Amino acid sequence: MNFPEDLKYTKEHEWCRIKGNRAVIGITDHAQDALGDIVYVELPDVGDPVKKGESFGVVESTKAVSELFAPVSGKVVEVNDPLSDAPETINEDPYEEGWMIQVELSDAKDMEDLLDAAGYQKFIEEEQE
Amino acid sequence: MALRTPLYDLHVAAGARIVEFAGWDMPVQYTGVLDEHAAVRNAAGIFDVSHMGEVVFRGPKALEALQHLFTNDLGKCADGQAQYGCLCSDSGGIVDDVVVYRRSADDLLVCVNAGNRQKDFDWLHGHAFGADVVNESDAWGQLAVQGPLAAQIVQKLTSVRLGSVGSYRFTDGEVAGVRCTIARTGYTGEDGFELFCPAEASPKLWDALLDAGRPEGLKPCGLGARDSLRLEMAYRLYGSDMDDSTTPLEAGLAWVVKLDKGEFVGREALRRQKDAGVSRKLVGFTLTEPGIPRHGYDVVQGGKPIGTVTSGTKSPTLGTSIGLAYVPAALAAEGSSFSVRIRDRQVAARVVKTPFYTRSK
Repeated sequence: MNFPEDLKYTKEHEWCRIKGNRAVIGITDHAQDALGDIVYVELPDVGDPVKKGESFGVVESTKAVSELFAPVSGKVVEVNDPLSDAPETINEDPYEEGWMIQVELSDAKDMEDLLDAAGYQKFIEEEQE
Repeated sequence: MALRTPLYDLHVAAGARIVEFAGWDMPVQYTGVLDEHAAVRNAAGIFDVSHMGEVVFRGPKALEALQHLFTNDLGKCADGQAQYGCLCSDSGGIVDDVVVYRRSADDLLVCVNAGNRQKDFDWLHGHAFGADVVNESDAWGQLAVQGPLAAQIVQKLTSVRLGSVGSYRFTDGEVAGVRCTIARTGYTGEDGFELFCPAEASPKLWDALLDAGRPEGLKPCGLGARDSLRLEMAYRLYGSDMDDSTTPLEAGLAWVVKLDKGEFVGREALRRQKDAGVSRKLVGFTLTEPGIPRHGYDVVQGGKPIGTVTSGTKSPTLGTSIGLAYVPAALAAEGSSFSVRIRDRQVAARVVKTPFYTRSK
């Protein structure tokens, strides 16, 4: 299981990569593995607001529906549209090609309580016990 | 604490993901649902279905007693043949859907759903009419080898000429040295076999089949693929698509209800319902807009709920979103349209002919 050091993580298994005032958002390697084969994804449109801790979309595997929770608040400025035709990309490459949305941050302080890689890894180990 | 089949440790050692289903800890997937689904459609897969139950009717009254509890006509089922049908209550509700394996008129095995083992046994035993009814569920292991290469694989391990065992026929014989009932039945829509063996011998049989099937690409498969495979065939799943509150006529199983075969439990209620016409019917549908239908979603028309989705998935073989739903009888014809409510959206759906998938030969 891979958890890149340069990312921040949530307890709902999203990751967040900061680029200036933007955050790139996706789901973690652990999340894609737990979900199994991802066959459908529903993402917001460019311009939509997202709110930290609230649902911004849905990802569905063959068996289950899972909500996606925003790690930060802001406005959606880019959406990874190719995912709708190739949702399996999220399984194959969750941190690069499988990114979901880019958000323009409304409050940089939103980042402060996110987990680092070590903290997230510890969290999922505890969750599995 | 959930029950476990004798193969549980082998599943865990093979890296299977375990989920609880109908009171059993069962493998939901090994490598992945899509991968396993494709293996069964294109080569072969092996499933541990030992959680299924086996209730046996024996004695001079066996056939007569079971005929009285079964909606299909076992008088039309030859020795060595299997027949699908329902057990119904007096009101016509489905107690279970089962496959009966008729060894002879005085020896019939009823294969029941895992979650209904005790309920079915109590029901059957309570209406035994002098037949000897035994719950042998714990004594049997059951492995399903399914797919276009299934026969080729199983044939390596048995001297029984499988070519002479037709669809829905069965015979006794050894497979990998294990005494089995070899049945050409299954729940996937592909050719294949269900092997009933002594529970304690099932790990040996499992390992032997996996070894024998390696060159053909035989894969161990979990309940995830089993569910998507059966749904592509529009095979009903008890507990999802039907239960005690639905009748076989509503569930689209009129073809296994033989009202003229003689008296059986539920017949009068079913005849009345047939004469009056059913008010709702289980239909197969596809979504014509993006989304995946799931069990429990509302079927809507004009903004009002008019029915319920009972099964749904994105078909791995077809790539389209498919499902089964109860809808008013007026909307049951092929080509009828309605919507499925998926979260806050109403997604267009159309009734289609089932099975959704047809195998090539």
